[in-house]
Amino acid sequence: MKNYKIIVLAKQVPDTRNVGKDAMKADGTVNRAALPAIFNPEDLHALEQALCIKDKFPGSTITILTMGPIRAAEILREGFYRGADDGILLTDRAFAGSDTLATSYALACTIKKIKDYDMIICGRQAIDGDTAQVGPQVAEKLGIPQVTYCEEILKVTDKNIQIKRRLERGVEVVECPLPLLITVNSSAPACRPRNAKRLMKYKHSNTLSKRQENDNDYVEGGLDSYLTIKEWSVNDIVCDAKQLGLAGSPTKVKKVDNIVFQSKESKRIEDMDEDISGLMKELIASHIVG
Amino acid sequence: MNNICVYCELEEGKISDVSFELLSKGRSLATQLKCQLEALLIGHNLEGFEKEIFPYGVDVLYTADDARLSPYSTLPHTELTVNLFKETKPQIALMGATSIGRDLGPRVSSALGSGLTADCTELEIGDHEEKKEKKVYKDLLLQIRPAFGGNIIATIINPDCRPQMATVREGVMKKNIFNPNHKGKVVKLDVKKYVPEECFIVKILERHIEKQKSNIKNAPVIVAGGFGVGSAENFKLLHNLAAMLGGEVGASRAAVDAGYVEHDRQIGQTGITVRPKLYIACGISGQIQHLAGMQESSLIISINSDPNAPINKIANYVIAGKVETVIPKMIRYYKENTK
Ligand SMILES: Cc1cc2nc3c(=O)[nH]c(=O)nc-3n(C[C@H](O)[C@H](O)[C@H](O)COP(=O)(O)OP(=O)(O)OC[C@H]3O[C@@H](n4cnc5c(N)ncnc54)[C@H](O)[C@@H]3O)c2cc1C
Repeated sequence: MKNYKIIVLAKQVPDTRNVGKDAMKADGTVNRAALPAIFNPEDLHALEQALCIKDKFPGSTITILTMGPIRAAEILREGFYRGADDGILLTDRAFAGSDTLATSYALACTIKKIKDYDMIICGRQAIDGDTAQVGPQVAEKLGIPQVTYCEEILKVTDKNIQIKRRLERGVEVVECPLPLLITVNSSAPACRPRNAKRLMKYKHSNTLSKRQENDNDYVEGGLDSYLTIKEWSVNDIVCDAKQLGLAGSPTKVKKVDNIVFQSKESKRIEDMDEDISGLMKELIASHIVG
Repeated sequence: MNNICVYCELEEGKISDVSFELLSKGRSLATQLKCQLEALLIGHNLEGFEKEIFPYGVDVLYTADDARLSPYSTLPHTELTVNLFKETKPQIALMGATSIGRDLGPRVSSALGSGLTADCTELEIGDHEEKKEKKVYKDLLLQIRPAFGGNIIATIINPDCRPQMATVREGVMKKNIFNPNHKGKVVKLDVKKYVPEECFIVKILERHIEKQKSNIKNAPVIVAGGFGVGSAENFKLLHNLAAMLGGEVGASRAAVDAGYVEHDRQIGQTGITVRPKLYIACGISGQIQHLAGMQESSLIISINSDPNAPINKIANYVIAGKVETVIPKMIRYYKENTK
């Protein structure tokens, strides 16, 4: 039976689902620091799909790739706790200010360096942008097919894969040759919880710089042990610097505004019979209803 | 001249509403930019669709007709669009923010190295000054979209790369016939020339498209319920009122998440955008993401037990009270007054 080499793309995002009052600054911009940083929800669904393949084909390996600040190593650790074998943190100032195109370029260059893979799985979209662009753009840059909105992987063979897709108004089953890129919907099964044994094992895993910082004299297991998370910079990949970061991003943010809704002169009425009868009469008289 | 091109989507042999909405927007942008409006239609048995498309003010319709191009599949549609755009060099390209457009758009933008803004809620033309370089860009497409979970609004531009690409959700732009007698020209593309054989490697084994259950988008009256409605049982009251007023039932995401009502009735940033004559919001607090989908309703009535619910600010009538008490009264007095 074949073993598959799977790359999962994941992103650490601010939890925009719970934006409290303190997260918005007076000028209408977002105070990112006030939001907890989490594993992008649909990327966890993607990880689950990868883990299911590994359950069925036990020799398979899962590498999580994330681009972000040093702190994003947190989600690689979360991935290890759930069953991922390896993690790469792509981190460099050169990537700052990337839009989706520059991000996918950096990710695609990194995947070319990893080289050997059968499938790339990622979430459909990240909740801080909701663009759903990075998956398809990475696939295009690698010249491989994409299957978006995956809800279930039905069958995997050496040559191809069958996937059930969830569309806006229906479902579709497609068959696609390997290698390919798959984006996973939130309607796919949720990710399994952390495994207690793996939690103990990987609790102290971190990037080399962090491990040295935390423990100057003695680093358990040595610096090249499984506890050292790979930290790659722009120098570790082959790429054209002009296509990275702000300079490599065709889209620019011109401005950001607070949302203001035009307040109306509202008429306030009570839930008394006369009031509601009066309102219904008005609506009928003005031909809005009836 | 660099024109505006709209990718028209086909679903079950029909052109999607979102495509007509984009053509309407594209027409007004083209008029403003004094350029032509083009449409691209890819699929099978495309004869006759020009009659539906030209009235929206389309000057050139490109068609790619081949049995293998229907239903939509990523690689051949991308290849066709990319190769056509390399020839025609549109300045602006628009697509629906649908299952199809969100699959195709990013792939095309990556192949052309151009920027794409997803889920725009407004598209305008404007200038931009790059202060540092003292450079002024004329007539850019200003792509306006909610960002950060809908908490802010961002204006995005693509100063240097073309086409400037944007996707827009269904219902966000208004559909407008430009001129019922407008005539454009049809250009039939030679599919073999545009799509290499190796693009047809993904097979569609099965496909089920459900008929749309509700027709919320075009309903003149919407009775929308939120978490405050309290139960699926109470939603029946809303259905009764909606049926009586010739309208449809809508919902907030919290009501959908609670299982009170089906997902396809969700209104808002991640649901449908509506602008009915009358919107009755029942037990909806009025978070930004909900308001984004209904704020343009002509008349808004809010029924809420909390007199300070945010939605009350944009409502024309605020009824302070419980959904369970108010709706039966509305039904009763509507009947009494229309007899
Ligand atoms: C990225 C993102 C996208 C989103 N997209 C959408 C979207 O598309 N659409 C959407 O709706 N939401 C969306 N949301 C969620 C949105 O932020 C709110 O959580 C949601 O709209 C709240 O729904 P609600 O008003 O029904 O519930 P609540 O906020 O819980 O409000 C319930 C209201 O009911 C009132 N009430 C309680 N009991 C009664 C009663 N008996 N009678 C009358 N009134 C009563 C309460 O006073 C309150 O005002 C999105 C959120 C995010 C982060």
